[in-house]
Amino acid sequence: MDLDTLIQVLDSTIRLATPLLLACLAGLFSERAGIFDIGLEGKMLIAAFFSAAVAFSTGSVWIGVLAGIAASLAMSAIHGLASITFRGNQLISGVALNFLASGLTVLIAQSWFSQGGRTPSLPDGARFAEITLPFAESLRDVPIFGPIYADLISGHSALVYIGFAMVPLTWWVLFRTRFGLRLRAVGEAPEAVDTAGISVTGLRFAAVGICGVLCGLAGAYLATGLQAGFVREMTAGRGYIALAALIFAKWRPWYALGACLLFGFLQAIALRYQNIDLGAFVVPVQVMDALPYILTVVILAGFVGKAIPPRAGGEPYVKER
Amino acid sequence: MTAPAIELKGISKAFGPVQANKDIAIRVMPGTIHGIIGENGAGKSTLMSILYGFYKADAGEIFINGKKTEIPDSQAAIKAGIGMVFQHFKLVQNFTVLENVILGAEDGRMLKPSLAKARGVLKHLAKEYELNVDPDARIEDLSVGHQQRVEILKALYREADILILDEPTGVLTPAEADHLFRILEGLRAQGKTIILITHKLREIMEITDTVSVMRRGEMTATVKTAETTPEQLAELMVGRKVLLRVDKTPATPGRAVLEIDNLSLTDDAGVARLKGISLTVHAGEILGIAGVSGNGQSELLKVLGGYAPAATGSIKVNGTPIDLTGKNSDGQSRRARGIAHVPEDRQHEGLILQYSAWENTVFGYHRDPGWQNGILMDNAAIRTEAAAKMERYDVRPPNPNLAARNFSGGNQQKIVLAREIERDPDVLLIGQPTRGVDIGAIEFIHQQIVALRDSGKAILLVSVELDEIFSLSDRIAVMFDGQIMGERMPDDTDQTELGLLMAGVTEMPKDKPLIAAVDAQLEAKAEKAAQQNG
Repeated sequence: MDLDTLIQVLDSTIRLATPLLLACLAGLFSERAGIFDIGLEGKMLIAAFFSAAVAFSTGSVWIGVLAGIAASLAMSAIHGLASITFRGNQLISGVALNFLASGLTVLIAQSWFSQGGRTPSLPDGARFAEITLPFAESLRDVPIFGPIYADLISGHSALVYIGFAMVPLTWWVLFRTRFGLRLRAVGEAPEAVDTAGISVTGLRFAAVGICGVLCGLAGAYLATGLQAGFVREMTAGRGYIALAALIFAKWRPWYALGACLLFGFLQAIALRYQNIDLGAFVVPVQVMDALPYILTVVILAGFVGKAIPPRAGGEPYVKER
Repeated sequence: MTAPAIELKGISKAFGPVQANKDIAIRVMPGTIHGIIGENGAGKSTLMSILYGFYKADAGEIFINGKKTEIPDSQAAIKAGIGMVFQHFKLVQNFTVLENVILGAEDGRMLKPSLAKARGVLKHLAKEYELNVDPDARIEDLSVGHQQRVEILKALYREADILILDEPTGVLTPAEADHLFRILEGLRAQGKTIILITHKLREIMEITDTVSVMRRGEMTATVKTAETTPEQLAELMVGRKVLLRVDKTPATPGRAVLEIDNLSLTDDAGVARLKGISLTVHAGEILGIAGVSGNGQSELLKVLGGYAPAATGSIKVNGTPIDLTGKNSDGQSRRARGIAHVPEDRQHEGLILQYSAWENTVFGYHRDPGWQNGILMDNAAIRTEAAAKMERYDVRPPNPNLAARNFSGGNQQKIVLAREIERDPDVLLIGQPTRGVDIGAIEFIHQQIVALRDSGKAILLVSVELDEIFSLSDRIAVMFDGQIMGERMPDDTDQTELGLLMAGVTEMPKDKPLIAAVDAQLEAKAEKAAQQNG
């Protein structure tokens, strides 16, 4: 594999890792606060649709992104209402929202655009342009570094850079601010937060809200960055892979970056090579697709360190004596 | 005259039809330790939860330092200078001590300055009150006693002047409890007001200045501790005369029923938990195992009960060895061999809390032919029998359909006892029989154990309560670090000697300063030895 091919694969890795990363960090905020969210998939899907639909109608990608975030936030609000306010089962609520998103997007798409459950292809202004970083062209000729800077680091859409910037930001919020301390505490021991005189409900809604915003960005990127428009089920299980990455990352931001890059890389390989011929035998593309899940099961089985979820995760908080 | 630190007037609180607090009035003077004693369910915790803003009272007024104060939530209680140490700690396990201390009391949005400030304050508090804890240690790595110190530190960091402790010694070893009391005395000396909720009479007598007694939601009396006796308090608590001493005749031990020889056990982490334990329990005898918790008693019970990993050595029941490691080494087989087990942790090992009482009365014996109806279980028969058992063991409320979690600690223990004793075992293993059990029920449970002994059974009792060991045992073995440090007859020993054995000291070094009682005892011992040698 020469440098050009490698850079192409890595470039594709970054693009494919971005939605995973945004969704993974979304899940991280929610689960660190004790609310399991299997509905990342649905939130991304509904955000993808509304961002594409609104971007198409208004011609502005940023208004589209805002619409995607709003749609995702609405789903978050339902999840919060069900699992925080009414102390329902978080998994059931999440699964229900996934079904809702899956059906609703196609239904509305068909009724608005009559193109078989998709939005029309987005024209240039309605999707994200690639940003060329300063000096990308003039540095291109520098050996090794030039192509890496010009082709790999430069030339992505704004949401890619936002996604990667979210990693240190998430780390900083979680581990350096008062809000982060309380958020982590509420996912571990909500009774400690409650007796300290802080609202458990408020904190958890805040976390679920952040989750909604990040999922909105992830979905918007799919429809307006990675591709030019919405097609049915376009998330294709990315929400679940993001959950797998979250477990793989042991609920930590920097590990999440690593996990999402790894899973993005696997997708990039699968996309580029289909079946991989190793001489002795051929690795079918399905193996690459399944690899994130297999790796997650391996992690969960405790072969590679231990993934301990937040202690109060999945449990509604009930005040007791 | 100074205003009381806390004054409650006419506090009432009902949960549905249950009147948890009825027209409560209490005055707690500043700079004192005020005990509140009462049985489980007497309303102590409810009252304190109202004071801490966890519940809102239906009626009544709260005065803090003479000023009428509304306490709608915990934040308001903290602001009024009230700190609470709950029975079940409210700590974030994977946070450091510092992080737990500042949680909810941070200065500003960034953590760094708060952590630095807390570090300084903690250092100061550690010096002033003997509250030493490593500020950077994670809670999960700390002993229970240290975790409790963190809870106290949390309250002090919030500048609490009034500290409420709910059953603080329930989870502590005797040494830890002593240290806690020293801390409390230090706090009192600094003018802090302390409310100590407990059901242990000894603690009340030892440390409080004033004591209030609660029974069935009402405050029945408030007296000066110096002017009362444990017997009087017990009577006020229960509403009738209570025997604090167990009434029992001398034992008449028969043949050896349970023979343990050179039993050893190494746990998964490779730590030796039992190191060559040899014990014999005879028919009609209670052998008490004393020791600070965590010295192998739990493992001993688990091996005997059939749910610990492989062990070496031998155990015989009625002269026949039992299978230690093979397929007949499980709890089912142990029960078939006549070993009944009342586990130390009744809520996790003794009962399935969300199952009903009648289901809980057959666990472990559910394959008995008597409970079968073809391939189905004869639930009607089990239910009828459960109702009868609950009647005989005075389980309240006597409703077999109620989930086990809805019974008080004492009544849960009675359900376990009924299940194990009624099967007429040869050996009864019983761990911490009265942990978290109120006085009235303790009396009943002790009577049952003694009655079982009198019917000729061999009983192995494990308890961390020395009082209980003394009042029940016919013979006492002391465990330390997985070994038996010695056996004593209750009449030939005292708390001091057992305390030393529990700390692993069989002979005290001469050059150490010792309290007078220990000195005298050692001198007597040395004299005896000298006489024997000379």
